[in-house]
Amino acid sequence: MVLPTPVPYGGPMSETVAVIGGSMTKFGQRESWIRELLAEAGQACLADAGVPSDAVEHLYVSNMASGEFEGQTGVMNALAHDLGLIPAYSQRVDQTSASGGAGIYAAWQSIASGASEMTLLVGGEKMTHRSTAESTDIIASIAHPAEYKHGVTLPSFAGLTARMYLDRFDAPRESLARVAVKNHENGTRNEKAQFQKEITVEKALDSPIIADPLRLYDFCPVTDGSAALLFCPVEVAEEYADDYVVLSGVGGATDTHVVHEREDPTTMGGVVDSSDQAFEMADLDPDDIDVAELHDMFTILEFLQMEGIGFAEKGRAWEHAMDGRTKIDGDRPINPSGGLKSKGHPLGASGVAQAYEIYEQLMGEAGERQVSADTGLACNVGGFGNCVTTAIFEANQ
Amino acid sequence: MTMDAYRYEDGSISYPGHPRGRDGSAPTETIDLSEYTGEVLTWTTSTATPPGVREPNTLAIVEFDVDGESVRALGQTTTDEIEIGTTVTPVYVEELREAGVGLKDADGPQEWDGYRFEPV
Repeated sequence: MVLPTPVPYGGPMSETVAVIGGSMTKFGQRESWIRELLAEAGQACLADAGVPSDAVEHLYVSNMASGEFEGQTGVMNALAHDLGLIPAYSQRVDQTSASGGAGIYAAWQSIASGASEMTLLVGGEKMTHRSTAESTDIIASIAHPAEYKHGVTLPSFAGLTARMYLDRFDAPRESLARVAVKNHENGTRNEKAQFQKEITVEKALDSPIIADPLRLYDFCPVTDGSAALLFCPVEVAEEYADDYVVLSGVGGATDTHVVHEREDPTTMGGVVDSSDQAFEMADLDPDDIDVAELHDMFTILEFLQMEGIGFAEKGRAWEHAMDGRTKIDGDRPINPSGGLKSKGHPLGASGVAQAYEIYEQLMGEAGERQVSADTGLACNVGGFGNCVTTAIFEANQ
Repeated sequence: MTMDAYRYEDGSISYPGHPRGRDGSAPTETIDLSEYTGEVLTWTTSTATPPGVREPNTLAIVEFDVDGESVRALGQTTTDEIEIGTTVTPVYVEELREAGVGLKDADGPQEWDGYRFEPV
């Protein structure tokens, strides 16, 4: 048993944080409960890296609402015990739908500060045993009470914003359908995605209205699943592997709790600020990014993030979708994993799963959906842009 | 019942009010938006609503002009016959959604009454 070495305040700083392992469970409707999902991904991640349990010094568990969904709290303690990580420091990270990205931020802090030399991050959520209405209410409880009493849901925020975007920028309704079609097509190449079927523009445009002008295929499903990543300093990574991925930039920012108080509802300030931070830290620009995983909980979010990050000019991301530039064979593929739209959205897992896809792409292990990439970006959005994290990864060679 | 917005030291107004404004300044007065008319900026009709919420549920973001200062509010509408640019006024209703049916307790801090927007 190797005990973690306590690092005093002001301990050594690691210049570079590496990712040396990753995993993801099958997303979808699972019989497993939250503890089992987290343990499945956590074990697979350690096995992927070839790192023993007793080397883990910090454990972060990204999870939004296991208490509300399942009545199970204290999931970080449960996972530390179940994986044999005792006495590693453990902490649950909740930043609603951005819990996974916040976990990446926490893991980066733990390594970069010198507090840990091996940090395991596991994100997960168990949702499908609840009805869609119950899940919607749990998620809507993040809203301000002045919004909640009107029956506001996250999909209704998307409908309000999509109408404003389409009207202001004269974007065709079809452009949103094309996001759904692209991400469903990508999902067919991902055996762990919840949906494995292609759809057509016509099918998306004819599907039932959920939050006018958005329809069923503009929304991600309710999902069970878990994903994990293993972080350490580059010097430690080289003890375990020749190839690994470097977390070269990370940023996090918060926007208003009350969504309608934003100066421009079609601009997600948290996306702008967090991506600016990540690019500055990585010393890169948007044009340097080869592949990205964006938080397409709703199709309109793919446009808002592309514009906030700088992949597209304000009001023109829809043109990229219409021109096929974000497809897997386009000039900058967006959501090759299938995105939340097709892969699924187990709240606390999603940000970790986004980064896992980038990890797989940069390691050259993405199989049928492999793209040519040396740099990748993951943007994880909580609420309707309320809390956002952006992470930039680079292959080490 | 009033629909109170807060004006802050820097002149900005928010609805709902907060202990501090966006620049950290303290509130100086309340403004009852139910005495004003506003313009619909955007709207949606939600068909997948949570427990206790009417279905369908039409919602709008409305912008008010208070002495040249803009302030917005989000709320239910009394009709789905609205468009971007429709002028509306707030009308009071005792129960916007059924209390205590969803995640929140009926007798907790959540208020259940409020204002819907009605075209003028």
